Amino acid sequence: MSKFPTLSRADLARTVQRRVGHARQTMSTLVDDVLQEIADELVSGGEVKISSFANFKVRQKAARVGRNPKTGEEVIIAPRRSISFSPSAKMRKRVAEILIRSEDQ
Amino acid sequence: MTRSELIARVIKKHPEMSAQDVTKAVNELFGVMADALASGNRIELRGFGVFSLRLRNASNGRNPINGDRVEIPAKYVCHFKTGTHLHQSLNAQPK
Repeated sequence: MSKFPTLSRADLARTVQRRVGHARQTMSTLVDDVLQEIADELVSGGEVKISSFANFKVRQKAARVGRNPKTGEEVIIAPRRSISFSPSAKMRKRVAEILIRSEDQ
Repeated sequence: MTRSELIARVIKKHPEMSAQDVTKAVNELFGVMADALASGNRIELRGFGVFSLRLRNASNGRNPINGDRVEIPAKYVCHFKTGTHLHQSLNAQPK
């Protein structure tokens, strides 16, 4: 689906392990723990702020009427909680520069 | 929860590691993720979500102060899609 190379949990754990040391298993658990802590905080309704990376916030979405794009049938979309992700200014800037860099070449 | 509060919680879960090493590991983790996105990678964390880049086409905007027309160049923006498992946890019926 995507033209972007994809990294997994294992890739992240391996890179961190190479830089910090410790057993591979320990680092893989640590990566899971970080994600679990973020998830737990969001599920309990809190906000997660990771400076120079991004903020995660939970938003309550109201019920609304949608349409099945295939059949045109109207369906009610139930109220739900979703996550709003907002990258830090630094992150936005770094990502926006990808295109500028590739145009320079 | 801020980065430092998150680190404090992870330290408690890893008594086998020094607080200093946990701090370094968590900071490296976000550093690696930020570098990955900034170099055009996608990060897929099953159950948690996917961080990816989306292309914003160039558009015309207006300077809200003086109304001048400004061209906004095409650029990539970060996108996060919540994973199925996390989405379900967020929307579980309270017992």
